[in-house]
Amino acid sequence: MRIGLFIPCFMNELYPEASMATLKVLENLGLDVEYPTNQTCCGQPMANTGCAHEAGELAKRFLKIFKDYDYIVAPSGSCVAMVRENYAQFLEGEDGFEHLKTHTYELVEFLHDVIKPTNMNASFPYKVGIHNSCHGHRELGMASMSERNLPAFSKIQKILELVDDIEFVTLKRNDECCGFGGTFCVSEDAMSAAMGIDRVNDHLSAGAEIMTGIDMSCLMHMQGIIDRKKLPIKTMHIAQILAGEQ
Amino acid sequence: MSSREEILNNIKKNIPSSTIDLPETDIPHIKYENKNKKFSTSLASVGGNAVWLEDNSIDEFVANNYKDVNVIVSTYKEFTLSTKDANKSNTPHPLANVDLAVIKAEFAVAENGAVWVKNPDNRHRALYFLATQLLIIVDKENIVDTMHEAYEKIDFNKKGYGTFISGPSKTADIEQALVIGAHGPTNACVLFV
Amino acid sequence: MGHPEKAAKFIADNERMHWHDKALWFVRQKRDIAAHGLDEWEELRRVASEIKTHTIDKLDFYLEEFEKNAKEKGIQVHWAKDAKEHNEIVLKILLARGAKKLVKSKSMLTEECHLNPFLEENGIEVIDTDLGERIVQLRDEAPSHIVLPAIHLKKEDVGKTFEKFLKTEKDNCDPTYLTRAARKHLREKFLNAEASLTGVNFGIAQTGGVVVCTNEGNADLGASLPKLHIASMGIEKIIPRLKDLSIFTRLLARSATGQPITSYTSHFHAPIEGGEMHVIIVDNGRSDIIANEDFKQSLHCIRCGACINTCPVYRRSGGHSYGYTIPGPIGSTLGASKDLRTNKTLPFACTLCASCSNVCPSKIKLHNQLYKHRQSVVAAGLLGAKKHTILKVATWVMKHPALLDFTGLMARKIVPKLPRSILYSKANIWGKERELPKFPENSFKELYKARKK
Repeated sequence: MRIGLFIPCFMNELYPEASMATLKVLENLGLDVEYPTNQTCCGQPMANTGCAHEAGELAKRFLKIFKDYDYIVAPSGSCVAMVRENYAQFLEGEDGFEHLKTHTYELVEFLHDVIKPTNMNASFPYKVGIHNSCHGHRELGMASMSERNLPAFSKIQKILELVDDIEFVTLKRNDECCGFGGTFCVSEDAMSAAMGIDRVNDHLSAGAEIMTGIDMSCLMHMQGIIDRKKLPIKTMHIAQILAGEQ
Repeated sequence: MSSREEILNNIKKNIPSSTIDLPETDIPHIKYENKNKKFSTSLASVGGNAVWLEDNSIDEFVANNYKDVNVIVSTYKEFTLSTKDANKSNTPHPLANVDLAVIKAEFAVAENGAVWVKNPDNRHRALYFLATQLLIIVDKENIVDTMHEAYEKIDFNKKGYGTFISGPSKTADIEQALVIGAHGPTNACVLFV
Repeated sequence: MGHPEKAAKFIADNERMHWHDKALWFVRQKRDIAAHGLDEWEELRRVASEIKTHTIDKLDFYLEEFEKNAKEKGIQVHWAKDAKEHNEIVLKILLARGAKKLVKSKSMLTEECHLNPFLEENGIEVIDTDLGERIVQLRDEAPSHIVLPAIHLKKEDVGKTFEKFLKTEKDNCDPTYLTRAARKHLREKFLNAEASLTGVNFGIAQTGGVVVCTNEGNADLGASLPKLHIASMGIEKIIPRLKDLSIFTRLLARSATGQPITSYTSHFHAPIEGGEMHVIIVDNGRSDIIANEDFKQSLHCIRCGACINTCPVYRRSGGHSYGYTIPGPIGSTLGASKDLRTNKTLPFACTLCASCSNVCPSKIKLHNQLYKHRQSVVAAGLLGAKKHTILKVATWVMKHPALLDFTGLMARKIVPKLPRSILYSKANIWGKERELPKFPENSFKELYKARKK
């Protein structure tokens, strides 16, 4: 099984530790992982802003780079959702797209659905709040959503439960959006900040020491608020917890 | 071209050549072990109340439970305490002073505390909304689980009016505070006989 | 001023914004309890979605069936291709009967058509009888929600308005007291009305009648006292069969406010004795939406408001921030379809969180529509040259990895050295309320390559 590691553009530049943790998590499970170095961006910011032409160009580029891997794994729910849900507009019918669409996974989803590990060989003795990033949550089905009348489950919690000593907190609003929203964070900056502060406060009043999730963009946005307001809580990408960091 | 033609032509131009069939509405749905209990709870949750008549007559029930009512009308033949005949007036407006309307409903729906009110012989449907209090008489055998069964029992092959009434009128338009009694009746009781 | 500016104003009153957010979240929670109380909830949504899909795809057939059956019931049917024609038809009907006093029950369609000012200009007294609608009418405001028109007001606000117009006791803002005062005031209006106008929740093709759902009883009082009843109906409100209501009546109130059914679900299939009943079938751009596969589903809306209640952006910005008749997710997609230029910020007043799509009883993929509308905005040249250029440049950089690497390297070298005053200047919109992330020394790619050596 050859895995192509897909690292979101901004994570590559700004979050090398979380990106490296993703690689380590997969390698520690004995998997053969390669990071194709000419990858750049899946085109989500462009698509998000309605620039279909530009997004399409980057989609085509992405397909070329990743089509020959058995699986493509990324530490990002929103980038994976871009490929699985929104690439069809640009790549329907293209050679290799059907395989790409059905074999691109977010990291936790990949572990849960495909690898099914029984232990992560990691310990994380902290109170953790899970932030259910919207794209992973509602587009990829990472956990049951509060809106629907379907059996309760959480792939994220299931995988985190393989980490020793971890404790979960209960939030008031389990899956409300944090307000990052891509370019929304600057085009509707007041709203974005208001939503982010409310999310952070929910975790704070639930007693969380660490907020984690599968999307660095959400965490980056909320960490920015935490740093500005100097709040007693930290964000950490789930890959880092799974990789055994503390 | 008339607007009618313009609209229909534009629709015809824009609809797809084929589509899915109309689905079945009678899907598997909730059935209540105790329909009466469910009806009672549902109606109570919307500010009404349900009573099952034991020994008394409806006349007695009204006499015992409705004090200080001066104007009483009824669409229910067996009830004899009406103070005036609603059908005698040619317009509904004189019914504005009705304190209590005793009306008949065809059947009750357990899931939501609603009753189906038809009364084709009642001249003024405004009665159901002008009366300050409503007492609705239903045959105790005529209770169904859900709206699926309800709609199987009604038809509009002929012109007319029918309404599902669930409890008294209400509103929460002022800061989400529930107030029982908006423009219609302030009080609604369903009496199973 | 688009949504961002208006939202910022709403948010600036932090306490009030949170009060508004909590009020709407509470309604969402009541909806959740109702939805989770029925095992067949998701099946109900599926059937509703299929009924609507089938109906819209054969809308001409069902509209003609409705008209035929309505006429057989003695109901007069009119067709209005746009708002102007709708308003003129209403006026014509009123004048033909010499009716100058009109009571109205809730109809977002008539809001869309701006009916009230038109009628008032033509000498008709128009009284909105839904309590929330009457409150905003007295305040000369637009409703801020399609089901809860006055949700943006505190009881003190209502108290002051009633003091002024209904002469209620000074500083008495008890909701029961105020509601009783409105009851008395509006009862007089109902009894003296010469005509009524209602909206339509559902028009039944099979029987030719219309269904109106209310909690207050105002639609019925209006339609059953004066001899003239006009019902305004958008073309998309048609459903094929009477029994289809078993699905929609089980979904509507639960989705809207969490109650199993509204107090009244009235099936109008005739005028009152000696009266007239008219139905005005209104297009006003709806038939055009049918042509577009991306947005056609927005016509499946049954106006429950669930999407509005769940939207985290709506809850924190309020209905008046949208500048369109209907706010929130459904309003943003309908508004964008109606007038993209005026409503160009609405598809972007959204994080694409998809909560709306998942509460919608008709399973409209609302968030997908807003995503697609963004492409329409760009295609119409409405994005703004600056934004579009930035994204074009970014795309070009993304096609040249060496250039991207270099840009990243420079950023990681320079940004940490910049003084705060430059880094957090007004140009840094991110930096208004957030710290920037710490710029690391190396990118992941650099570490990966170093590791391989």
